Amino acid sequence: MKKNLQRLDLIFKNEHDTEVILRKTIGRKCDDVINDLISSGLKGRGGAGFPTGLKWKLAAEANQPDKFVICNADEGEPGTFKDREILSSVPHKVLTGMAVCAHIIGAKKGFIYLRGEYKFLKPSLQKVIDDFHVLLDDLKIDLRVAIFLGSGAYICGEESALFESMEGKRGEPRNKPPFPTDFGYKGQPTVINNVETLAHTYSILKYGPDKFKDLGVQDSRGSKVFSVSGDTPIPGIYELEFGMSLQKFVDDFGDGDSKAVQVGGASGFCVPRKKFEKTIIGYQGKLRGTSLPTGGSMMIFNSSRSMYNVLHNYLDFFVEESCGQCTPCRVGTQQLLLGIQAVKKGEQPSSYLDRLLDLAEAMRVTAKCGLGQSVANSFSSIVENFREEMIY
Amino acid sequence: MAEVKQLVKGLADQHGRSMESLLPILQGIINQEQHISEDAMVEVARELNISAAQVYGTATFYSFLHTKPLGKYVIRVCKTITCMMHGKNQIIQELEAVLKINLGETTHDRLFTLLETNCLGQCHKGPAMLVNDEPYTELTPEKVRAIIMKYKQQELNVN
Repeated sequence: MKKNLQRLDLIFKNEHDTEVILRKTIGRKCDDVINDLISSGLKGRGGAGFPTGLKWKLAAEANQPDKFVICNADEGEPGTFKDREILSSVPHKVLTGMAVCAHIIGAKKGFIYLRGEYKFLKPSLQKVIDDFHVLLDDLKIDLRVAIFLGSGAYICGEESALFESMEGKRGEPRNKPPFPTDFGYKGQPTVINNVETLAHTYSILKYGPDKFKDLGVQDSRGSKVFSVSGDTPIPGIYELEFGMSLQKFVDDFGDGDSKAVQVGGASGFCVPRKKFEKTIIGYQGKLRGTSLPTGGSMMIFNSSRSMYNVLHNYLDFFVEESCGQCTPCRVGTQQLLLGIQAVKKGEQPSSYLDRLLDLAEAMRVTAKCGLGQSVANSFSSIVENFREEMIY
Repeated sequence: MAEVKQLVKGLADQHGRSMESLLPILQGIINQEQHISEDAMVEVARELNISAAQVYGTATFYSFLHTKPLGKYVIRVCKTITCMMHGKNQIIQELEAVLKINLGETTHDRLFTLLETNCLGQCHKGPAMLVNDEPYTELTPEKVRAIIMKYKQQELNVN
């Protein structure tokens, strides 16, 4: 098989310069560090893609005495498993990023919100944190990091639901604004970053922003860790440069019979074969269209797969994981599922799919949080591109 | 009841009595008892000085917090897309046959409960399952039988 895409080794590179990085960084002006991050072009790797430097800047400017830094390790998106690997092989990079962030914004308390499904990681992670605390004390950095375990709720990956969960409540998202940098955990200014984002800050602090910026394309700088699964001979975790075409990706990772790729998990987009060439992986441009952002989930389907079954599986997932707080999402997810079942059984005409597409679009506009809004991503992209498979 | 009281008190001493301690306390109860009984919820409410309804609200929101009794070993098989594509149904059938229960049920000796769950984050190694906190990946029917045998053997040794 021809290999097109360069495999990178930034995140998982075996390097231990935490002390050097922390010493260097706490000696610098906070504004300079923030500017480095902004100029590196690093955007949040959880999928939403908010500029990391700007997030830190906003929290640094907030005027409350208590602030928090939280690492979002509630990796629940179907097809994503990179954060687990980062936390098991290079947790010190994540902690370094947290410590620098805490220093810049003035936080004394940090949390890693670890999903319940990854509880088996806790003992080894706790040991790394304990050693890290010794180093922090040596450097006179006033920060303590604790692990907060989730209990099996996809929605808690949504940042405001995660705060609610940490506060002992049901994991129901809040209205935004206010945003976490103003009103986060316990109502205090909070920086919440994805595991991978924090690990990237380690490389940027070590090698400078330019090396990071040299990778990727406009608006999507740096490398990205991809979780590759589905119909592929080589499933696993790969660090690749941003800005590749989906065709190149499929050439490398597909099994030669790839019919579609789900980019970004169940809440992402399904791209059919005929659009592989034109689809670029990155944040560039609008969310819909030819450029797709992703938290790193790449699920490949070959021609033996029924896209109806795929969509059914996603909708089962959303019906269960919808927190039930807002009506568009709670009822919408259920009606979409019942709707495609009815069309499949012939109880509704195929034109009913158009009404379901309208419903999905209504959810995109009216649902309270990213979960309900993004159901339309996979629903519409599958129904529009594989309409005949929904009917027959 | 007295036992639950002791357990909850111990957990509250350990984690604190603020709202932020609620989830860790509920998780602690699960670690000991596999489920959170109504008595336990009332006890937690008393310790934290909040309403029992609030505890119930949180306890029933999370899929890993159960309010009905479960077996000592809770088996959660991932049912999300890639595990489904790689033969999750076969794994469930094998578990049902070996344990002689249906999905969602608990064995008579109260050792095993068989459940499905959403994405476990092991998609590249599907099918996958958790037995309590321990992940098992790249499952085959043979592997599943061996895993169950291991836990049964472990129980025999304890007894």
